[in-house]
Amino acid sequence: MMLFYLLGTIALAAAVNVVAQRRVFYSALFLIICLCALSGLYMLLQAPFIAAVQVIVYAGAIMVLFLFVIMLLDPFSAVPLSEKKRYLGYLGIAMGTATLVLLVPFLLSYDLSRVPRNVTGMAAGTGITRRIGETIFKEYLLPFEVTSVLILVAIIGAVILGKKKI
Amino acid sequence: MSILPYLVLSALLFTVGTIGVIVKKNIIAIFLCIELMLNGANLSFVAFSSYLNQVHGQVFVFFVMVVAAAEAAVGLAITIAIYRNRNTLSVDDADIMKW
Repeated sequence: MMLFYLLGTIALAAAVNVVAQRRVFYSALFLIICLCALSGLYMLLQAPFIAAVQVIVYAGAIMVLFLFVIMLLDPFSAVPLSEKKRYLGYLGIAMGTATLVLLVPFLLSYDLSRVPRNVTGMAAGTGITRRIGETIFKEYLLPFEVTSVLILVAIIGAVILGKKKI
Repeated sequence: MSILPYLVLSALLFTVGTIGVIVKKNIIAIFLCIELMLNGANLSFVAFSSYLNQVHGQVFVFFVMVVAAAEAAVGLAITIAIYRNRNTLSVDDADIMKW
């Protein structure tokens, strides 16, 4: 429980910094911290496979792609908010807070005990990764294969968009 | 332990991401905030997966990560194309689709 509050605070503080930082480069670095803290939370929730994938794929591959593009385009650009319509920023914060005010009481009033649980099912440890693999390749085989088509489309799209003349 | 704190943290992360998407002007910053929102949803998935003793939630997180990777690749390619054509990263300067 201690660990949850520690990691949760790190994740939340990093998330706020992602939004608060003026320079995209620092935003990306704070997002990496946030993702690593979330990976720790996944470990706490007995999801070691997802925790590993989070660090390797998300914090590793995807964020490196982001940082690569940021460095390629405009390393230390800061588009100042002041020259734009400033009231839009306040409106955005107000709308986001309204979302939170709607979401949290809904969560708090939600009666989890009514949800049917599979109490006997899952043993802790490495068995979970095995069960994830079995679920993906049996129950979710078709979605998994469709995912490969999605990635192929993404690759082709990225190559075509990256061409010199568009 | 109850998963309620995890759900509240997930809602908070999602909200911070939403605020970022609305407030930010830089295209790449908006992308980062979208990643933040996806991660808020992922935390919810894993929390429910742990609570219900089922792996389906974790399988969905896996798919969400795949979609996020594809989205990042295509989105950043679009960003580079916009920067080449207009020499800017501000979303306010890329608004010809509005009319």
